[in-house]
Amino acid sequence: MKKDLVIIGGGPAGMAAAVAAYEAGVRDILILERDNALGGILRQCIHNGFGLHRFGEELTGPEYAYRYEKMVHELGIPYMLDTMVIEVSPDKVVTAMNRENGIFTIQAGAVILAMGCRERPKGALNIAGTRPAGIFTAGTAQKFVNMKGYMPGREVVILGSGDIGLIMARRMTLEGAKVKAVCELMPYSGGLARNIEQCLNDFNIPLRLSHTVVNIHGKDRLEGVTIARVDENRRPIKESEEYIPCDTLLLSCGLIPENELTKGAGIKLDRVTGGASVNGERETDIEGIFACGNVLHVHDLVDYVSEESAIAGRAAAKYIFGDSKKEISIALKTDGKVRYTVPQRLTEACDTSVYFRVADVYRDAKIVVRDGDRVIISKKKQRLAPAEMEKVELAKDVIESLSGGELTFSIEM
Amino acid sequence: MSKERLLTCIVCPRGCQMRVLLSDEGKVESVEGNFCKRGVTYANDECTNPKRTVTSTVRCKSGEVVSVKTDRTVPKGMMFEVMAEINGTVAEDNLKIGDVIIENVCNTGANVVATSNTK
Repeated sequence: MKKDLVIIGGGPAGMAAAVAAYEAGVRDILILERDNALGGILRQCIHNGFGLHRFGEELTGPEYAYRYEKMVHELGIPYMLDTMVIEVSPDKVVTAMNRENGIFTIQAGAVILAMGCRERPKGALNIAGTRPAGIFTAGTAQKFVNMKGYMPGREVVILGSGDIGLIMARRMTLEGAKVKAVCELMPYSGGLARNIEQCLNDFNIPLRLSHTVVNIHGKDRLEGVTIARVDENRRPIKESEEYIPCDTLLLSCGLIPENELTKGAGIKLDRVTGGASVNGERETDIEGIFACGNVLHVHDLVDYVSEESAIAGRAAAKYIFGDSKKEISIALKTDGKVRYTVPQRLTEACDTSVYFRVADVYRDAKIVVRDGDRVIISKKKQRLAPAEMEKVELAKDVIESLSGGELTFSIEM
Repeated sequence: MSKERLLTCIVCPRGCQMRVLLSDEGKVESVEGNFCKRGVTYANDECTNPKRTVTSTVRCKSGEVVSVKTDRTVPKGMMFEVMAEINGTVAEDNLKIGDVIIENVCNTGANVVATSNTK
């Protein structure tokens, strides 16, 4: 089989990329989705707060996903469900499988990687103690409660203050569970300020900053956890240990872009983001293979996933029609306080939104962008935090005026 | 003597940290730290009659689970009452986004509507 454009993943990133590519003139598109429906993780994110940027109104996750699903249907963009991609080759041969067709290959003109991310699992956390039932990642619990209608437990401790953990603290509470504490290893929250407010403070759920779980108790079912305060080197302080009885431990300890296929294709990854290294068009270091959404870097807001994926979709269309823009040899560097930038490289003649995250909480600071020694952007910020992705716009004429070499992104007090 | 209250705005993901000055009668006198005017509306509501949207799920006759929300905010203190009514409801099958499942839930003036389509 041959296709002009194959998109791997039918979540918000894949659907937005497909719609943008179609609008840019590509007709021969195929979306490959592993699950039994389009929509990705939004299907289980039944809370509201999505779409304020993209649609100017507040939607729940399934409603946001349906807006895009409807566009895909109306444009007649083909997709295959229950279909698992097992390999992408550097020359854009996609190998996939499903129950109807067995294993099959597609020669693609261009490929967009939109596989999303996965939660950091229990095995990656090295917590001492037993391994009873009752320990779930927050996203797994979310799927049980919101899609299957099952409650995973009644007395809950949550480790990690990522947004999904906060959202689940509220959800479990509303369904009658008692959430006893949210423990966060870092001295600041890993989630958005609004979620601390409406998911924890609304229900008087304590947020224990600089705390972690040091022991798990129980044989068949979880009976309790020991938590402890950590010192500035994140080492638990023995004297501060505290036992909390509970039957459920939820883990919300970070998200990891799912790049097995990307690695298999030999695409260069960024060690900080865990996603591909891309240029302004979201093109990887293999021509014609693009990446967008949470597989590229973890986003806080789906609205920005849609925005980024549309860039990738339009760029893939240009590539297919043979009028790709050239990459220019200016490296985007960071000072360490800025942890990374996406894109990592620039493309000529296009306005570019550069997304990044910071390493720590900074107050009354400035985002400074320098071309060599020349300051080209300086933007004051009341507060910068690792949980909140930042964005700087580089206009086309600014990019054209660059002296070459390096562009440095830094945080200054 | 006016009282000060610190609020985190929940209207959008920006999460503005606001300083609100309240009169002795509990009326909002001034709001600082808000990026947009929606922050002022939120501060007024939050200090006088806090409200929230409730999102949850309802089981259909077929056994399928469908996601729902209140189509407008309800008083924050009534969230658990609204949840009890939602959990006591079995919805019809063949629902589409926006279909009303409970009218005027707990006399709040809000309807509970479907936010996903059944299969």
